[in-house]
Amino acid sequence: METTEIAPTFDVNTIRKSFPVLEREVNNQLLVYLDNAATSQKPQLVIDALDYYYSNYNANIHRGIHTLAEEATAAYEATRNTVRNFINAQYSEEIIFTRGTTEGINLVAYTWGRKNINAGDEIIISTMEHHSNIVPWQILCEEKHAVLKVIPINDDGELLMDEYKKLLSPKTKLVSIVHVSNALGTINPVKEIIDLAHENGAHVLVDGAQSTVHLDIDVQEMDCDFFAFSGHKVYGPTGAGVLYGKKKILEEMPVFMGGGEMIKEVSFAKTTYANLPYKYEAGTPNIADTIALKVALDFITETGKQLIRNHENNLLKYATEQMKSIPGLRIIGNAKNKVSVISFIIKDIHPQDIGVLLDNQGIAVRTGHHCTQPLMERFHIPGTVRASFAMYNSKEEVDRLISGIQKSIKMLS
Amino acid sequence: MNETTTIKEREEEITDEFSLFDTWEEKYEYIIDLGKKLEPLDEKYKVEENIIKGCQSTVWLTSDYKDGKVFYKADSDAMIVKGLISMLIKVLSGHKPDEILNAKLDFIKDIGMMTHLAQTRSNGLLSMVKQIKNYALAYKSADAA
Repeated sequence: METTEIAPTFDVNTIRKSFPVLEREVNNQLLVYLDNAATSQKPQLVIDALDYYYSNYNANIHRGIHTLAEEATAAYEATRNTVRNFINAQYSEEIIFTRGTTEGINLVAYTWGRKNINAGDEIIISTMEHHSNIVPWQILCEEKHAVLKVIPINDDGELLMDEYKKLLSPKTKLVSIVHVSNALGTINPVKEIIDLAHENGAHVLVDGAQSTVHLDIDVQEMDCDFFAFSGHKVYGPTGAGVLYGKKKILEEMPVFMGGGEMIKEVSFAKTTYANLPYKYEAGTPNIADTIALKVALDFITETGKQLIRNHENNLLKYATEQMKSIPGLRIIGNAKNKVSVISFIIKDIHPQDIGVLLDNQGIAVRTGHHCTQPLMERFHIPGTVRASFAMYNSKEEVDRLISGIQKSIKMLS
Repeated sequence: MNETTTIKEREEEITDEFSLFDTWEEKYEYIIDLGKKLEPLDEKYKVEENIIKGCQSTVWLTSDYKDGKVFYKADSDAMIVKGLISMLIKVLSGHKPDEILNAKLDFIKDIGMMTHLAQTRSNGLLSMVKQIKNYALAYKSADAA
């Protein structure tokens, strides 16, 4: 059996000790958590940050005069700065805190979209979009009598770039594209997509929900107009996400939600709005989770994104090789550029059956359509079983997955 | 299956069988086996209105009312779910609407299946039970009308 060596400077056993949940047992066996594309587990440091915030300096931010409010505000704004560095944004006010990727995309649809999309305009998405990058645009297109166009993919799960070029026209106002497919793992050539869109005068939103944890993100180099991601998929808490937008575009966009925090002055005759980024952060934000998000991003940076990526790619390669030896197993998504996500189906077996039997063996995977029903339709399948790897997964866990699948197949045959 | 056995007796038969199993594998192999042995459902019944709405797998459930008793037929594209619905049919089919409506179905808990499958969205055992009882209720209401 051919094995792949894990990079020597990366010690997965040390990493694993940082994630307390990995010590728990599920159905009398040590948990193997392979549902990382849905949400990643949290390191102790992140859990401690939440605990420390509520135990020591819980306060409402920005307008408070007291010590706790100042400390909370400083910590909250420190996250903004860390995010800025993490995705290499030019200005920290280009970082808007949201609940997650879905809210970020909706924010753009409801503000920039409503202002700039008119009857007959076209928005381009792709076949492999998550529902959260389909539905907001459908709502907008319906309201504005605009048209949604879809970039097709090949059988390996890669975008057909020639078809994309054909879809671009002076009518194209926005291209909203997933950076990395949650269901297939495909890494899309976003730089090329963005350049082509800009040549056509269109704006581009990149859905970074899956890419941010794996790839180096440089929004300036990418030159995207918007970039959205979720904190909970980058080892941070749920409910804390980010929308990046180019400063000039964000300044010109109308406001999203009205309320406290986003105003400059309010009178019953007229309200003036706060400057960026507060203009888009109405109400008391998710302070605790946003503060802890910084800890998660620092944890990734200190561990080393390149080392993490090497490790995950080794796991992907190893798991792919092992899976190919299982009779009847078909991997859905064989793009040349992929992150550590493997979707698969097994001949004559429903994905749900595999998922239930793996769970009984302590192995957590995701089964179903992964909120990408049009993509599943493209492959003529109801869904897949998906295993997705994070920094803390090990080769031994891949082995348990493989033997778990084999056992499940045997039980079902 | 003897037509005169009560729901409670049928539940006990299944609980007794499960009491012989030491491992989860044996339990699931039993359920999978029930799924495989379930009488195939005629394609004409595999229509939208017979689907128990769920997130992942599809379950079709249909029923007949003869001599004051309800008879169920079902199928699913997923084997474990098919085994579970087969088990429910084994217990409940061929009884009067009132008996079905009043069935406590404690055996689900006793055989340790509640924890495993109640959470799998609406294709869990609970939504199947609900749909089975809905049919019984409809026949009961029709009788009363």
